[in-house]
Formats: sequence, C-alpha cells, structure tokens
Amino acid sequence: MSSGQWIDACAADAVAQEDVIRFDLGPRTFAVYRSADDRYFATDGLCTHEAAHLADGFVMGDIIECPMHNGRFNYRTGEAVETPACIDLQTYPVKVEDGRVLIKVDSGG
Amino acid sequence: MAEAAVARDYALNEANDKHARAAGLVSAEWYHPAIPRAQLKALMARRDWPAIRDTIIWVAAFVVSGVAGYLTWGTWWTVPCFAVYGLLYGGSTDSRWHECGHGTAFKTRWMNVVVYQIACFMVLREPTVWRWSHARHHTDTIIVGRDPEIAVPRPPDIVGIILNIFALKSGAIAFKHVLLHATGRLTEAEKSFIPEAEHDKVYRVARIWLAIYAVVIVTAAATRSILPLMYVGLPSFYGAWFVMLVGLTQHAGLAEDVLDHRLNTRTVYMNPIFRFLYWNMNYHIEHHMFPTVPYFSLPALHEAVKADTPPPYPSIIAAYREIIPALARQVRDPRYYVARELPKGAAKITPPPAGAIPAL
Repeated sequence: MSSGQWIDACAADAVAQEDVIRFDLGPRTFAVYRSADDRYFATDGLCTHEAAHLADGFVMGDIIECPMHNGRFNYRTGEAVETPACIDLQTYPVKVEDGRVLIKVDSGG
Repeated sequence: MAEAAVARDYALNEANDKHARAAGLVSAEWYHPAIPRAQLKALMARRDWPAIRDTIIWVAAFVVSGVAGYLTWGTWWTVPCFAVYGLLYGGSTDSRWHECGHGTAFKTRWMNVVVYQIACFMVLREPTVWRWSHARHHTDTIIVGRDPEIAVPRPPDIVGIILNIFALKSGAIAFKHVLLHATGRLTEAEKSFIPEAEHDKVYRVARIWLAIYAVVIVTAAATRSILPLMYVGLPSFYGAWFVMLVGLTQHAGLAEDVLDHRLNTRTVYMNPIFRFLYWNMNYHIEHHMFPTVPYFSLPALHEAVKADTPPPYPSIIAAYREIIPALARQVRDPRYYVARELPKGAAKITPPPAGAIPAL
C-alpha cells in the first residue's frame, strides 16, 4: 500500500504481549496485534468468514483465532490458515512512535 | 378462535433463509457476558496435556474392552465388553469430533486433526460436512431455516428419536449421504453451507469411508463372523444411545429464533464419568457463548458466568423431567417451548430484532 495516511490507533502499552485489541475508525474496524517478540501488526477487524470481531479472539504465536468459528489467520501476513476462514485478511503497515501505535490506512474507505 | 398449530419448515432453502434474514436473525449479534480480557485470555489458553491424558485413557479403554470382547466372544460376558466398546466408539466420539473440530482440544494442530478424522468416522459424521454445518450452527444457533443441526424440530419426530437411540434413522441418513458424496454430489442444503473449494474433500473422504467398510464387510464374510463388524461399523449404532442421552439436553424443547444462548441452550451438571465421555459439553451455554474456550476450561468458565445465566440443571434426570413433557406437548402444539428465566440481576438480553419470527 503506497498511498494512505498514518492513523493513531492506540497506546503501545494498551495491547498486551501476544494479544489483540480493536480499533474503530468511522465505519471501519481494525485489529491491532502485539506479538510475543514485542512487534505490532494490524489487520481488518472482522473475520473474512463471517462478521466476528477478531479482537475478541485468541492470539497464539503468529495466529489469531476467530472467536466465533475458530477459523485462523496468520496476523503478520493475513493468510487464512484454518477453515472456515478461507479468504485472507487485509493487513496494514504499522509503526510505533512516541509510545503510540500508528497504522497506515488507505483513504478509499 | 385458536390459531391452528402447524409444523414449521426447517429446510435450509432460499425462502427460509430470506425469512430469517428479513427478521434480523442471520449472522446477528448475540448476547455475551462481559469477562475481563485477561481472564478470558487465560480461559482460552491451549494446552496439549489434558487432551493427551484423556486420549491415552480413552484408547486404553478401547483396547481393554475390545480385547475382552474378543476373548469372551461366544459367551454372555462379551455383552458388557462390547457395551463399553460401543459406548466409546459410538458415544464418546460425539464430543471428540466436536472439540477437535473446534481446534481447541489440543494445542497442537495435527493432534486435533487426527482425533477429529477418527472420531468423525466412528460417529458417522463426515468431517468436512460437519465442520461447515457446525460453523453455521454456531452462527445461527437454532435459527429456523439456517441451522442445519436442529436436532428436534417441531413437532418432534418421536419415532425418529426412539430409532436414533441406536442411530437407526440418523445412521441411515448418514450412509445415504456418504453414498451420494462418493458419487461426487452434495445435497442442496449442503451446498448452502459448504464452499465449493471444499467439495472435493467431501467426496474423497466418503470414498475412503466406503473402502474401509468394504474391507470390514469382506473380512466378516470371509470369516463367516460378525465379529469384525462388532469392532467397525456396528458400534456406531449400538453405542449411539449416549449421543442421544446427552445430546438432546443441549437444545431440545427450548426457544427457537432467539439471539441469546441462555434461552435456547442448557447447561446440565453431569457425573465425572459422563463428563469424561462428553468432554464437558454439558457446559453447553458456556461453549456456545465462547467457542474458543477448550473443554478442560469450561468448568472455570461456568463459574465465571453463572451469575449471568439461568440456573444449571442439577442432573440429566432433571433435564429430562423438562424435556420429555415439553416434547410431548410440542407433538400436540408445535408452538410450545420452554421459556427459560434469567437470574435476577443478570445483564439484559439482546432483544429480538423488530419483526423477529415468533416461535410458532
């Protein structure tokens, strides 16, 4: 994603290690992850199988498990790795500045 | 004039789907109790050891009962041996396919996959079909026209329920579907919830199953003994009573078309042996609210949410004291259902959306 703007999503310490939180931006919703090795990632907030918030799910290593049907994605790449999730998740660039997590969101909505 | 009691149409077809969607009952927001994230995260944590321990005991029980059945074959002592073998094969596998299908029983993925495939074969649930039907069951639990796993439609088919004590109806349907799938076809209802990319998996597994049954039948014919079928095939039927005994307690007789698992699902206390065989699925409200919590953490989840749920049934007998009269009444009046009361102080339920279909 070359275009887009950096959006302040949350404080870096608002996300526990190996966990996820939800970030809403207008009508859009995102999931912001912090890995066990203290890196941050962001994806679309809803499972591609059905509209469940991934932030209610469970993070295991690089995997986010959907809270409704246990479909799984690699949140670093967005790849769907376990049915019923079959369609990959959209991922977003992330950076941390001054203790804040910023995600780069395309303006297309 | 009293409204005529009519049977509802439970088919998964376009008209019923449209009806449920118009009522706001499809992929809707369901009630969930608030649990602090740290606590929920701890409850969702995966471990291998509880399921490895339980599976070692489970396999050992298979071996002991199976060997004892062989050694006592031809005597009356073989009856209790195969009763235990059948309970394990045709009964306890219901919870094994279920938990491993959710991917929560073991932490290690391949362990879930192996136990899932074996348990599915034993309990006559085709793995890909049931993976997807169960996903729909969790999305639209007991939503008419959407949920493919409504075990007791109204009016209840009492003869069918009795036949299913030995899987005589469900088993016949299962084999009919296996034969259909082996020819490379699905039913229209299955096409509505299984994506096309998964269809080949369904056909492949159906053919493997038929090959296994063919080997067992040929072996039985060659040895002129039903003994091989006592180990593979028949126990799916003679051990099925446990599936019915515990499975009917999950939703039978309760409300349809509500967006709150506390109103359409039961939690029933069971003895430790049944909880082992059933892998704690008796905590069924909790399972539906939080399907990512493994079976071994369901008792703790129950403690965390029980103030917010109706009182659990103290025993299977207590549950059936409600279920049997409810189903008997539904035979006469399909509109009837058991309305569960929430405890005082429980968080308010999500109200049914405007235009929700009343339970007929």
